[in-house]
Amino acid sequence: MVSDEDVERLYQRLKDDAESAGYHLNSDRQFVMGVVRGLLTNEERFGYMACPCRLPSGKREEDLDIICPCDYRDQDLAEFGACYCALYVSERVARGEEGLRPVPERRGSRSSRPASETAEPHIEGLSKPVWRCRVCGYLCARDEPPEICPICKASRERFERFM
Amino acid sequence: MGKVHVDGHDAGAVTLYALSTCMWCKKTRDLLSKLGVSYDYVYVDLTSGAERAELIDELRKFNPDLTFPTLVANGRVIIGFKEKEIMSALGAL
Repeated sequence: MVSDEDVERLYQRLKDDAESAGYHLNSDRQFVMGVVRGLLTNEERFGYMACPCRLPSGKREEDLDIICPCDYRDQDLAEFGACYCALYVSERVARGEEGLRPVPERRGSRSSRPASETAEPHIEGLSKPVWRCRVCGYLCARDEPPEICPICKASRERFERFM
Repeated sequence: MGKVHVDGHDAGAVTLYALSTCMWCKKTRDLLSKLGVSYDYVYVDLTSGAERAELIDELRKFNPDLTFPTLVANGRVIIGFKEKEIMSALGAL
């Protein structure tokens, strides 16, 4: 069972991470606490924080794209002012200048999802490979991707070779 | 757990496919209880095996994307928490 203390702790961490990286949590605290509880419930069930508004397969490799923050968050923030489950909102929504609206699912069927290892064109002559965070687009040139994305805190497995 | 029936006044056949972890599903259930209608709901994430497979087949007919909440109210399929659409389908508008 997920305790209230666990929910509060994760909420604080997500809020601090969001604010330090230019993101915003939904200001409806009660709603957000419910989403956070859902994340912890999924972590308890599957070992990873799958999006609470989606049905996880239970297999990590199949659900990588919907581990929070999901691969679709930033695109949904830009287009609809909120991520799919409305944990994260745009600055305009956070300020109350724009309301929430339903966000359509852009995940697509499994067959149309990009493979986790996409064959990107490699540019000859680069001294280091370039890695791209699939969640927020952060790029870095180094031998291996970072353990955790310094911007959105996604784990290493969410990075793809970009160049 | 299979489908759970919630008593209320008769607004026709109403079935809600939901996830126990999803706040938009919760908002939908809150709205249904505010409207006081009778309905059936199922938390698909709490099912497994043959029951899950059967439910997914059933839901796929209404919503091939298998997203939640999906409300089937008197033949009308409402995907996502769309308050006005739900109220209108239940004769509350």
